[in-house]
Amino acid sequence: MLTILFDGVAYGMLLFILALGLAVTMGLMNFINLAHGAFAMAGGYITVLLMQEAGVPFLVCLPLAFLGSALLGGVLERTLYRPLYHKPHLDQVLFSIGLTFMAVASVDYFVGSSQQLIQLPEWLKGRSEWGQGAWTLGMGHYRLFIIVVCAALTVGLQYVLTRTRFGSRLRASVDDQRVAAGLGINVNLVFLSTFAVGSGLAGLGGALGAEVLGLDPSFPLKFMIYFLIVVAVGGTSSITGPLLAALLLGVADVAGKYYIPKLGAFIVYSVMIAILIWRPQGLFVRRGGKS
Amino acid sequence: MKHALNLLVDKRRWRLVEFVLWLLALASPFLLSSHALIINEIAIVALFAVSLDLVLGYTGIVSLGHAAFFGMGAYTAALFAKLVTPDPLVGLAVAIAASTALGALCSLTIIRGNDLTRLMVTLGAALILLELANKLDWLTGGADGLQGVVMGPVLGRFEFDLYGRTSASYSLCVLLILFALARRLVNSPFGATLKAIRDNRLRAMAIGIPVASRLMVIYTVAAGMAGAAGALLAQTSGFASLDLFEFHRSADVMLVLVVGGTGWLYGGVAGAIVFKLLENFISGITPQYWIFWIGLFLVVLVTVGRERLIRPWTWFSRGRRS
Repeated sequence: MLTILFDGVAYGMLLFILALGLAVTMGLMNFINLAHGAFAMAGGYITVLLMQEAGVPFLVCLPLAFLGSALLGGVLERTLYRPLYHKPHLDQVLFSIGLTFMAVASVDYFVGSSQQLIQLPEWLKGRSEWGQGAWTLGMGHYRLFIIVVCAALTVGLQYVLTRTRFGSRLRASVDDQRVAAGLGINVNLVFLSTFAVGSGLAGLGGALGAEVLGLDPSFPLKFMIYFLIVVAVGGTSSITGPLLAALLLGVADVAGKYYIPKLGAFIVYSVMIAILIWRPQGLFVRRGGKS
Repeated sequence: MKHALNLLVDKRRWRLVEFVLWLLALASPFLLSSHALIINEIAIVALFAVSLDLVLGYTGIVSLGHAAFFGMGAYTAALFAKLVTPDPLVGLAVAIAASTALGALCSLTIIRGNDLTRLMVTLGAALILLELANKLDWLTGGADGLQGVVMGPVLGRFEFDLYGRTSASYSLCVLLILFALARRLVNSPFGATLKAIRDNRLRAMAIGIPVASRLMVIYTVAAGMAGAAGALLAQTSGFASLDLFEFHRSADVMLVLVVGGTGWLYGGVAGAIVFKLLENFISGITPQYWIFWIGLFLVVLVTVGRERLIRPWTWFSRGRRS
């Protein structure tokens, strides 16, 4: 049982890193970006291709995946996303669905539609067990690695958001963009860098998750709903909301698939709908911000 | 007051052009009898798009889960034909009833929250149905789809033939009837309140429009129409599969509607014609990567502007207008 909890936490941490960029985009510019999974897929494929074709070690690939997706995100933000911030949601939804479709088909065309596998280094492959009986805790080393990396990132991001000047600018822009701009904050620049970092994080998550979630061209469509659940349930006003939502979703999904495989994803979706009917703005919203 | 009433009555009246177009449409399975199969598909997609237009174009609810009702109608019609009676009209009625009931249930979820919340619950509803159809394999055939549906003749006289002439006429007739109902609905005072809700919900509430109940009613009606479209597809193809609930169905129908123009019932019909012909054309060239071109089209469409793309004569007047 502890093993399931552990796997669920690892899964949840991964989802959090993947979805964080989406939460910030949605909170900052009220932009519904369904193409977020495409950036994650870009990171995953960068890692896979670098490892297979160029023989780059796994640990070097991770920062490269981050940089690659961040660059892609930055360029797309500047060229395509920015004109759409003030368009209706329908336009944003159509645009990002279109982008996702293009990403899916291009990867299919250039890399092929088969599932990609990642060769993990030896020291990440093992598995340790503690305790006994019903309380056995089996930890895959790779999952432990994911948890450590994601926890470190979370702490780092929380520090940047709450303690640095950039963080306070970002929070100000999320709360009220116009007042923030009036106080001399360059909201466009804040948004460009946030979008790039968010895409980079998604890319990193995609690289880390290629082993756990599986990586094939339909990745952005398959996991879009999970990212959206994290954001919709967690709310967009802080990063603790999405974190808790992601952990909840991760544990619920793993446990649901383990104990009642017949119902599978059914439970997750029903719980999501129930929560959204109960608290339409998300479970963990901070008062005072713009809703 | 008198003036406003006249406006509504005027809009409600059928024009001569419309009569001619519909007569041509009804005659098309016989005039272009070698293309009856695609005419049938166009009619079905058009009905689906018109039902989405009621929700999206007239009421402003962004729904990514409209395929839920389409699939529900298709599975109901297929199962009904298989287990109870092969008569298509009874099956159609039952399918509409089932998807209307589902729509009434789902309409409870869309009255609160913002666009994102509604997006999520509509998408979630479609995914739940997909999951159900997948897991209840003793009833629905699971991932293999529901096969072996044999339909009886329409009205006991017209057998479904291989070339799709009967199916095309049948689908077109159903489309015409439901289209006329939808047209009547949106041009009624009820339809005017829907548009008021779309344009400014707060103001609509302030002048005394019962927003929640209006949303629920129109969502339920649209669900029934989408179910009818699904039932037509299942009946004319004799097959229902999990693919009907998939996300790309909902995305496609949204694209169809946007191509034709939202908030205009003929938009759905025009979009369906363009979309199906394009799909036929492009997937003849690159069957596997057709999705890429849809994506590119969507991106260009939004970047250029939805209103501008469907009105080519505004392309070159940018400088003067702005």
